[in-house]
Amino acid sequence: MPKSIEELKIIAKQIRRQIVEMIGAAKSGHPGGSLSAVEIVVELFFNRMRIDPKNPKWVDRDRFILSKGHAAPVLYAAMADAGYADTPVDQLNTLRKLGSVYQGHPDMRFIPSLEASTGSLGEGLSMALGMGFAARLDGRASRTYVMTGDGEVQEGQIWEAAMAGAFHKLDNVVAIVDYNRIQLDGFVSDIMEIAPLAEKWRAFGWHAIEIDGHDFAAIEKAFDEAEATKGKPTCIVAHTIKGKGVSFMENNPKFHGTAPTADEVKLALQELQ
Amino acid sequence: MAPKPKFEIKLGAATREAFGRVLVELGRENKDIVVCDADLSKSTMTVYFSKEFPERFVSLGIAEANMTGLGAGLALAGKIPFVSSFSAFAMNKGFEQLRVCAAYPFVNLKVVGTHSGISIGEDGPSQMSIEEISLACSLPGFVVIAPADEAATKALVRAAAAHVGPVFIRTGRPKAPIVYGSDQKFEIGKAIELKEGRDVTIIANGLLVAQALLAADVLEGEGIAARVVDMHTAKPLDFDTIARAAAETRGIVVAEEHLVDGGLGVRVAQVVAETEPCPMEFVGIRNTYAESGQPDELMDKYGLVARDVAAAVRRVVARQS
Repeated sequence: MPKSIEELKIIAKQIRRQIVEMIGAAKSGHPGGSLSAVEIVVELFFNRMRIDPKNPKWVDRDRFILSKGHAAPVLYAAMADAGYADTPVDQLNTLRKLGSVYQGHPDMRFIPSLEASTGSLGEGLSMALGMGFAARLDGRASRTYVMTGDGEVQEGQIWEAAMAGAFHKLDNVVAIVDYNRIQLDGFVSDIMEIAPLAEKWRAFGWHAIEIDGHDFAAIEKAFDEAEATKGKPTCIVAHTIKGKGVSFMENNPKFHGTAPTADEVKLALQELQ
Repeated sequence: MAPKPKFEIKLGAATREAFGRVLVELGRENKDIVVCDADLSKSTMTVYFSKEFPERFVSLGIAEANMTGLGAGLALAGKIPFVSSFSAFAMNKGFEQLRVCAAYPFVNLKVVGTHSGISIGEDGPSQMSIEEISLACSLPGFVVIAPADEAATKALVRAAAAHVGPVFIRTGRPKAPIVYGSDQKFEIGKAIELKEGRDVTIIANGLLVAQALLAADVLEGEGIAARVVDMHTAKPLDFDTIARAAAETRGIVVAEEHLVDGGLGVRVAQVVAETEPCPMEFVGIRNTYAESGQPDELMDKYGLVARDVAAAVRRVVARQS
């Protein structure tokens, strides 16, 4: 059942609250890049992908790889709210604790419904291409979505994969770059400039679309356009705000990899009412 | 009783050639076999597969990191991917992806390195892989195989395809001496005793198996009865065969075309230390890189021929008390 944008916004707000609570309870983690990715992940899990959380290994399902694995909390909250049996909602706040299924980075050994184990940047796109290639060989309609960080595209493997995706015309693969402009050490443009990004993907043979990554209407339109694009894969360059939704985290490099204090969690949750 | 015939070198196909041939057979039997190549198919011999199954042959250009990650993605989507390159590139340039995309999530990826060791000859050290047994064995969950000849390669590549989990197979460039008949059975993790002996045991893999058999014949003439074991699987090791050899022969030589550091010998020594400690000697490359030359010249210069195996056995015998 397609969801309205109003419904998706309600889910997004709930997931933002869960992200803040989880990372606050863990006292470590990556809030900024989890919050910037919320709308895209919500659209994928609640409106876009052909998935059946009750039957997670359904062979014709669409797949999602969070290549920027440090944003695990957004993925965990989305999968928990979507109803996967191996991502219980009531355990979200065990994030990063010994024995938790909610490992610091997504780990298939603990959550078999995950499509890949990630955390070392630059690798998800290659795996997504393999999944896309397999689906095409089998004649399955399955589409594969992979989200990378913006700093992540500094990895050389991303561009090896970009060449390969276009060369093999894998139009069933969609890459989304969460372009929030901040990486661990500071602003991307100060660490290693990646602009002009959409032009780079186009030069590598991809269909590239630039959108506001917090605008559900724009996200839906971009995914529709990707699905209609044949003969080449699509990259969605999603302009986002690091820490989106929590005023003191927005555009603040500190919250790339720093957990909010208990007081900051309270403040954030007030803002996310 | 008539004396047993001595081992003679009769060259068979290169192990990389055997890999290329058996891959085609596997492709015919199983539509889920997919092969990934990084611009070396004419050398790794995956070219045979590419001709018969072009739709299941994924050309990825000179980009081994992406090839390895893409292979993992194929496996995660239910395929049985074989990714192949020279060992030096498959292992070193793909190591991070083997670790995070294959070993850690225990993905059903098969990696076949060709042109292993120094017997590639003229191309020299940048192409000579002498570290990969050490690297592959360091990955939890991986199976690591170094077959001795054509028959062993064909059987063990088949076993790798049937095994669920990540596998690395080490093959070589030159024609390999025939060790096995076509009726020999192979099992991952189960060593093969090629020659009986009670005085000392020679454990070898790859091209050194034939050299070990030659050495054993020489030693027999000196009154030393050497047991010869083909330890084709470096991981998981055949613990029982090693422990029994240590207990029964009280002396072990390990011979391999690889750095001694981190190689098969070190792994065998760990088992010996944990079970029946006894004198050991190691035949391998010692803390150096080789150079260009003809394969036979290099094996001789770097101490990887029967002469060196026999000398190591004599050192072990001298230490036995």
